[in-house]
Amino acid sequence: MALVRQDLKTGVGRKIPHESAGKHVSGEAVYIDDRLEFPNQLHVYARLSDRPHARILKIDTAPCYEIPGVRIAITSKDVPGQLDIGAVVPGDPLLADGKVEYVGQPVIAVAANSLETARKAAMAAVIEYEDLEPVLCVEEALKKKHFVLDSHQHKRGDSAKALASAPHRLQGSLHIGGQEHFYLETQISSVIPTEDDGMIVYTSSQNPTEIQKLVAEVIDVPMHKVMVDMRRMGGGFGGKETQAAGPACMAAVIARLTGQPTKMRLPRVDDMTITGKRHPFYVEYDVGFDDDGRLHGIDLTLAGNCGYSPDLSGSIVDRAMFHADNAYYLGDATVTGYRCKTNTASNTAYRGFGGPQGMVAIESIMDHIARTLGRDPLDVRKHNYYGTEDRNVTHYYQTVEDNQIAELTAELEASSEYQRRRREIAEFNRQSPILKKGIAMTPVKFGISFTATFLNQAGALVHIYTDGSIHLNHGGTEMGQGLNTKVAQVVAEEFQVDIDRIQVTATNTDKVPNTSPTAASSGADLNGKAAQNAAITIRNRLVAFAARHFDVTEEDVEFRNNHVRVREQVLPFEELIQLAYFNQVSLSSTGFYRTPKIFYDHEKARGRPFYYFAYGAACSEVLVDTLTGEYRMLRTDILHDVGASLNPAIDIGQVEGAFVQGMGWLTMEELVWNQQGRLATNGPASYKIPAVADMPADFRVQLVENRKNKEDTIFNSKAVGEPPFMLGIATWCALQDAVASVGDYRFAPLLDAPATPERVLWGVEKIKQAMARDAVVETVD
Amino acid sequence: MIRFLLNQELRVEQDLDPNVTVLNYLREHLGKTGTKEGCASGDCGACTVVVGELEGDRIRYRTLNSCLTFVASLNGKQLITVEGLKDNGQLHSVQQAMVDCHGSQCGFCTPGFVMSMFALQKNGTGYDKAATEEALAGNLCRCTGYRPIIDAAEQSCKAGSQDQFDRQHEATLAQLRKIQPDATCELNGADNRSFTPLTVADLAELYVTHPDARLLAGGTDLALEVTQMHKRLPVMIYVGNVAELKTVDTFDDRIEIGAAVPLTDCYDVLSREYPDFADLLHRFASLQIRNQGTLGGNIGNASPIGDSPPALLALGANIVLRQGNSSRTIALEDYFVDYRVTVQQESEFIEKIIVPRAPTENNFRVYKISKRLDDDISAVCGAFNLQLEDGTVTDARIAFGGMAAIPKRARHCEQALLGKPWDDETLETAVRALAEDFAPISDFRASKEYRLLIAGNLLRKYKMELSAPEQAIRVTAHV
Ligand SMILES: Cc1cc2nc3c(=O)[nH]c(=O)nc-3n(C[C@H](O)[C@H](O)[C@H](O)COP(=O)(O)OP(=O)(O)OC[C@H]3O[C@@H](n4cnc5c(N)ncnc54)[C@H](O)[C@@H]3O)c2cc1C
Ligand code: FES
Ligand code: FES
Repeated sequence: MALVRQDLKTGVGRKIPHESAGKHVSGEAVYIDDRLEFPNQLHVYARLSDRPHARILKIDTAPCYEIPGVRIAITSKDVPGQLDIGAVVPGDPLLADGKVEYVGQPVIAVAANSLETARKAAMAAVIEYEDLEPVLCVEEALKKKHFVLDSHQHKRGDSAKALASAPHRLQGSLHIGGQEHFYLETQISSVIPTEDDGMIVYTSSQNPTEIQKLVAEVIDVPMHKVMVDMRRMGGGFGGKETQAAGPACMAAVIARLTGQPTKMRLPRVDDMTITGKRHPFYVEYDVGFDDDGRLHGIDLTLAGNCGYSPDLSGSIVDRAMFHADNAYYLGDATVTGYRCKTNTASNTAYRGFGGPQGMVAIESIMDHIARTLGRDPLDVRKHNYYGTEDRNVTHYYQTVEDNQIAELTAELEASSEYQRRRREIAEFNRQSPILKKGIAMTPVKFGISFTATFLNQAGALVHIYTDGSIHLNHGGTEMGQGLNTKVAQVVAEEFQVDIDRIQVTATNTDKVPNTSPTAASSGADLNGKAAQNAAITIRNRLVAFAARHFDVTEEDVEFRNNHVRVREQVLPFEELIQLAYFNQVSLSSTGFYRTPKIFYDHEKARGRPFYYFAYGAACSEVLVDTLTGEYRMLRTDILHDVGASLNPAIDIGQVEGAFVQGMGWLTMEELVWNQQGRLATNGPASYKIPAVADMPADFRVQLVENRKNKEDTIFNSKAVGEPPFMLGIATWCALQDAVASVGDYRFAPLLDAPATPERVLWGVEKIKQAMARDAVVETVD
Repeated sequence: MIRFLLNQELRVEQDLDPNVTVLNYLREHLGKTGTKEGCASGDCGACTVVVGELEGDRIRYRTLNSCLTFVASLNGKQLITVEGLKDNGQLHSVQQAMVDCHGSQCGFCTPGFVMSMFALQKNGTGYDKAATEEALAGNLCRCTGYRPIIDAAEQSCKAGSQDQFDRQHEATLAQLRKIQPDATCELNGADNRSFTPLTVADLAELYVTHPDARLLAGGTDLALEVTQMHKRLPVMIYVGNVAELKTVDTFDDRIEIGAAVPLTDCYDVLSREYPDFADLLHRFASLQIRNQGTLGGNIGNASPIGDSPPALLALGANIVLRQGNSSRTIALEDYFVDYRVTVQQESEFIEKIIVPRAPTENNFRVYKISKRLDDDISAVCGAFNLQLEDGTVTDARIAFGGMAAIPKRARHCEQALLGKPWDDETLETAVRALAEDFAPISDFRASKEYRLLIAGNLLRKYKMELSAPEQAIRVTAHV
């Protein structure tokens, strides 16, 4: 009985290590490139367009075949089935068809017995182009109305009138840079042709079902011929939501044409050149506000640079618009989103999915207002926070329920000692002529759910074997976020067994069909619920059986800590399973879940696209060298809301990792294209993601405690993948604060993002000039 | 033929293409896939392995990037990979610490971090934050944000338990001694050849016999020609085993550093003499790269953005060039001619670098400006060395990297200072003179305007640092 009274050590809410941790550290975790190769293995290399926009006049692949070891060279004409692999709408030919639209677009694919041979052969092909005029700049695309998809608008009240009558009014514009995912494992798929014209696909993808569908389409077979298996990714971050499909489909076409197992792994530079990134945005704003900085009206233009094709840009620009309020009541608002077409790689999902860009826009506006009024930006932010009773409806008419941003801010303001430090910093800056400190505290409110409502569904499959071991499968994919661990904890909790009794197996389209991508932070919310549903189905059967078998009521049967108690009798879990099996009880079940309550009417631009919001706030302090623009992160305090955490260790890992990634996006991670549209920062030598010394010297991360999600989510937890990414905005605002100190906080530096050392120094120069102008005006007065 | 230990097992390779990197050798030839490729350019650290080298009766363990290391350089050494760390099915203490601290998420960077931490634990004496950050600066993790990894390093350094490598120390020593080469060795395969001479005379002779050969030092630059530019190097001569090129000698008036001394081994002598130079080296690439890369290679690649040349130019360093049996000493500034063009003749190579000892009034300072503080290439690197007497500038050596096609002295700027009082007026004149010295270019690292502006600002900073040394005005110095 004592055993049964004890709590489970590995259930929900426990800090259990990642299910693969032991294998990660020993090198035993198998990624796709680590799989044993076949004797007749083929390796694929794609020859890429070196033109931003051109008609293809000629492709001659004959020279490829002169290289020994080459098996096949294909062009768009060789694709047996459908050529287009666009995720939502067409626009992404697997191989360029008649024209190329960006530098880096795959034109031919060559397979050989080694990657090096395939590369050499691919480079031997002769491709002739006739150049066409490219559009490389998002402002030009906006002006020319060069769009990949239609525009969309959120409108509440009469923003023009509100702007005209507001006590203060400001206009401005801002460029926000993109971001390379830089998952450590580059895109890769390995396929094996099977009997019945089928295909087994091992892929590093967040979206196995879509890979299954697209592979089936390009080789022209029904989906049931294709089995996709996905054990783990070496990072995804959105970059493997749609864009894992290219390598998978190219490998599949070649495997179909040759009958040989085929692998395509992108070398880093090719990965960075071919695949899309976080959308760069161009923002224009016109805002009206009162003496407290409180917004009366806003007219906001968000122009996403989508690259050459739609990909997921529809939803991404939507999400930027949905987050242009961040935690603020905008007043009368007109928010317009444009999907600009440029001759660059097709930009795609990346952690936050447009949300971060929308938030950077409004946070920049908050700073601009604060500097104009000479107030602490944190005051202005607080004046604009959504209310709980009034001022609590978004510009797309969703009511903000369970709003905790004010409380959370107050708590962090106190625990980070913001006010004291702000005073100390002002003092430091007075004494320090060259080095200047800056501080900023910014909030995050992030909407959880796919905005394409139908995607909010998930499936799972649970088997219990006769020895009491449990097999768990679900439609989500493991990319490092600890999804498998969390879902296993859910199932462990439902059966009240230790987690090592549960084996989570590779995501597989044969086991759980028709899954949604693991994206929008939804992995644990959706798949946890689906797995719970499957587990409860089996448990209910077991309870009913036990009640029958032991002749008790169902209430008398209790699962606890690896045992089952039936009134006074306690039997080990596996014994009940044995009994159930011999008594012909089904020990396998699927599970399913769909998110309730959500809808969005695109016509009316109204609805409740989000099931709930996740909240957080960060306070960052930085140090800037005003002679060089170099800086360091001194301290960051974070308070973040994950509801009732499924696994605090994993959640803290998500918060910290996301913060550092968000900070990288807004500071050192700069994408630069040359005049010909070629990505100049195409490898880690030129594109710098944060390294160990870039993390704040003093880094304090807390989860909000004792605050369950009010919605009925999986054990009342909240999604955590994306929301903390936007905590990184605090560092960007802190840098601007340090720069503003040079001008006594009277001028806004209005830096574009990312705030590289160079941009920071230009900000300093700009402020110095503004001061000089001001001084001239004063002496004249 | 080359011989080396892979973990504890002796391997002999007869017929192996010397263009094969250790990473590809492990993954493709041996099927040991624990070591990962994240970039094949030395930037991410996913491929980190540890190499043990005999040094007297100890074994020195260093991390390196297996993606930039050619197999021939393993000769006579012990290669330790992540597969070698588990002992009897038990995780090594650094591995266990990573599990305990939740140091892995996607896990792809993890084997590399584990190897860096393993070397840190082996070489260290307990936990030191600065040493930890130095050891891990060349390992990128996109998932974790690093905090748990640092925690794991702390845990494992503090634990520092005896492991199988300690227990087998004597046996490993004996094995390593047995496989030490005693003559030039050659590795051939796939029509490519590589030579590993042991003496400078042999090296000189080989290079005369094979004037088309490429000299391989650390390979941190050369290997990129294979892994990134997809070239083939038909003949290589590895200088890393040439005893005379690996010594550091201090004389009354100078320090002589062998061209093949790894950058890591230059810290000590330089930090005693020119602390700023040692600080610069700590921000030069990553520990893995510095364990491999050499001063000779940094000069020999004649890059306009190499970090040591501006510093050495400002110090008035000389280099000794050798060809066959003859050698000549030239000023470093005479070595660089034009973009990647030097005065080096056919079959000629750098034997050593001669750095003057520091004068009593040591005014040498060097500043590196880059987007990321650690492991990044300089946008601008500025080195300053003035001699002052009674407030007047009596000698001026100022040099920059990133401002021209070669690392170059700022002659106009120096002229504007010489013989002048070291005051703000002179300073501003000298800053303006930089525009006559340099017409930098814009690229993805920085615009030409920024380069010129910070070049001047660095001179301003230099003046402030000399006049008020107690005031910290570098972000790196702030605590
Ligand atoms: C990730 C990464 C980061 C880097 N960061 C920096 C940095 O911060 N700062 C910086 O300056 N550099 C950096 N580098 C460049 C490189 O590491 C250095 O230039 C290094 O010093 C090269 O030395 P090596 O011994 O590896 O040279 P190798 O690659 O072996 O050789 C380089 C060239 O020099 C020639 N050479 C070698 N030895 C001699 C000799 N004795 N005489 C004549 N020629 C010779 C070789 O033939 C070759 O052409 C970086 C490189 C990488 C991959
Ligand atoms: S693979 Fe990235 S450093 Fe070697
Ligand atoms: S754990 Fe994914 S890159 Fe480090």
